[in-house]
Amino acid sequence: MALQDVSQDVGQPKVAIFNDPKVRGWVYQVVLLVAIVYLVYAGVQNMFANLAAQNIASGFGFIGRNAGFAISQSLLEYSQAESSYGKVYMVGLLNTVSIAFIGVILATVMGFIIGISRLSHNFVVRSVATIYVETFRNIPLLLHIFIWYFGVLRLLPQPKDSANLGLLGLLNNRGWFAPKPIPQELFFLTAAAFVVGIVLTFVISRWARQRQGKTGQQFPTFFAGLGLIIGLPFVIFLISGLPLVFDYPVAGAFRPKGGMTVIPEFMAMLLALSSYTAAFIAEIVRAGILAVDKGQTEASHALGLRSGPTLRLVIIPQAMRVIIPPLTSQYLNLTKNSSLAVAIAYPDLVSVFAGTALNQTGQAVEILGMTMLTYLGLSLLTSAFMNWYNARMALVER
Amino acid sequence: MTRKILSAIVGTAVLGLAAGTASAATLDDVKGKGSLQCGVSQGLPGFSNPDQDGNWSGLDVDFCRAVAAAVFGDSSKVKYTPLSAKERFTALQSGDVDVLSRNTTWTMSRDTALGLNFSVVNYYDGQGFMVRKDMGINSALELSGASICTNTGTTTELNVADYFRANKMDYELVAFEKADEVVAAYDAGRCDVYTTDQSGLYAQRLKLKDPGAHVVLPEIISKEPLGPVVRQGDDQWLNIIKWTHFAMLNAEELGVTSANVDEMKNSDNPSVKRLLGTEGEFGGAIGLSNDWAYNIIKEVGNYAETFDKNVGPDTQLGIARGANAQWNDGGLQYGPPIR
Repeated sequence: MALQDVSQDVGQPKVAIFNDPKVRGWVYQVVLLVAIVYLVYAGVQNMFANLAAQNIASGFGFIGRNAGFAISQSLLEYSQAESSYGKVYMVGLLNTVSIAFIGVILATVMGFIIGISRLSHNFVVRSVATIYVETFRNIPLLLHIFIWYFGVLRLLPQPKDSANLGLLGLLNNRGWFAPKPIPQELFFLTAAAFVVGIVLTFVISRWARQRQGKTGQQFPTFFAGLGLIIGLPFVIFLISGLPLVFDYPVAGAFRPKGGMTVIPEFMAMLLALSSYTAAFIAEIVRAGILAVDKGQTEASHALGLRSGPTLRLVIIPQAMRVIIPPLTSQYLNLTKNSSLAVAIAYPDLVSVFAGTALNQTGQAVEILGMTMLTYLGLSLLTSAFMNWYNARMALVER
Repeated sequence: MTRKILSAIVGTAVLGLAAGTASAATLDDVKGKGSLQCGVSQGLPGFSNPDQDGNWSGLDVDFCRAVAAAVFGDSSKVKYTPLSAKERFTALQSGDVDVLSRNTTWTMSRDTALGLNFSVVNYYDGQGFMVRKDMGINSALELSGASICTNTGTTTELNVADYFRANKMDYELVAFEKADEVVAAYDAGRCDVYTTDQSGLYAQRLKLKDPGAHVVLPEIISKEPLGPVVRQGDDQWLNIIKWTHFAMLNAEELGVTSANVDEMKNSDNPSVKRLLGTEGEFGGAIGLSNDWAYNIIKEVGNYAETFDKNVGPDTQLGIARGANAQWNDGGLQYGPPIR
């Protein structure tokens, strides 16, 4: 832009106002802005004029109307008899968010393990990791999804010979029918103990870090935390008289009744998305670790740290600065790739809202606009979080 | 900077121009292009299905060919656009196709809120269910709790919902984007039931590993009048589409077939004369030549011929005429007179 102001360095020669680079710069910017605003306005006007001319319904009135179709997985209370298109949107959004969230966590864990394995001194581990990365990275995601889906369906038994997992419920090709926990009156005590445990662990780890900074004495934070977060609620749970009953699924005429269901579409989608993205994350992790100077490893070995602590305390924290920015892109990719779910009937936002709801209302502009804004919002939220995390991990120079 | 402003102005001008081209005479467009762009399914045996060489055939495809024969006198001047259930209306609205002949159900909301017009019903269908024979199910009323596979973006989703709600039954809906995946998932045992229009069930059954192991249940749970669709606001084109179908029906009723159409030109029957253009000026009134119907029958055949060739009892689908028989034969197909 023409905003660079060099006139001050050479004194103040007299120039006409329209020759002043500063004024000119501003004028150009304003003209461009007006042009852009007009362009958008004209485009939108044009669209509405065309829609009206072709007698195509428009507006957001459909949001409140009854949708009338069933959805196979819903985290909200959804009934085909009463729920509106607005509810369909929420159900689809939650299904997208849940698959993306769990997928991101799984992909990160898998990606780190494989990425570190690729640098292993063990030949077999290294080769397996390399083969994994090269295979998964180089096959299109849609194929992964189909392979996992039809693979999962073929492997799982028919409902009439469901695999009985005992305490874990039933498994067949209609999904995993897990026992549904139903909290009783006193269960809130256990939940409260869980929250207290998390808070206490946080406090203790802060205190332990400060003490180690001052005195060098270590404190077993990990085990203390484990005890507080899992042990404490468990004890309370026992004392308060096991206030939790399980609704076990029972075999029905078609699929088991009762319990809660994880549909095979969800399993296949999760496996496909996380295994595919993990291959990319593995490469990012490997690159990040290789970016840390070899001297760092040698120095920490010289200080007497073994391989594990060296990796955990010296290498990874420095590698994270290289890893986080490309990792963010992978998270965004995974979230957006989840829209391929429509191919295997997982009811995500694109499938139920930009698919069925769009087809039934015919309001393509509104529905696709909402869907695009939603993905944009999800992506911006993810990158905002990752930028915050990146800033925290950045090298603080003293 | 100046260049940016310039491009912005040009962009606006282009957008402004685009507003003016919303509707034009489709017939002139088609004649100008030299071919008819026809929206069909992505592969439904009997209705619109490509073979290994990419040649399309089926009842809906024959309808496209009939329109091309009426317009150009040459039924091969058709280009096909395979469309998913989800894409079909947008493709027609945006002008990507001139006519949508894709086993599409005529409903009030589609006819009124989408800027589209349904023309005629070239196949009376109804939604049905298919299950495995070994399940021992004889009626759809025994399906409470079943998992049901179907296509998204179709009326079938809503019909199932209504049917199960009305009968106070519970079900799980598994809805795929493409019909091929529905078939594969049903075949892999993901669902107990496959639901779509009954004609579609007969057609898709052929794609299953063991077609004989599956049975179509007797219940028909909905009315599915299927027919070609055009954009609103072009009455001439709508008339051409309507009368193409009616000409094929009238030809069947009058006994005119692709084999005897040349002899029939010499017929003394005034109805036949008007149909084949040897009397009157009916073609001109819809913007076509006077032998428009002759070309349809000569190149494609009458309604009975296309029905028997594509879906009739002697084909793999083996569908009886049923509701699609002529009105004087107990069916619903009724061609208004040409006079």
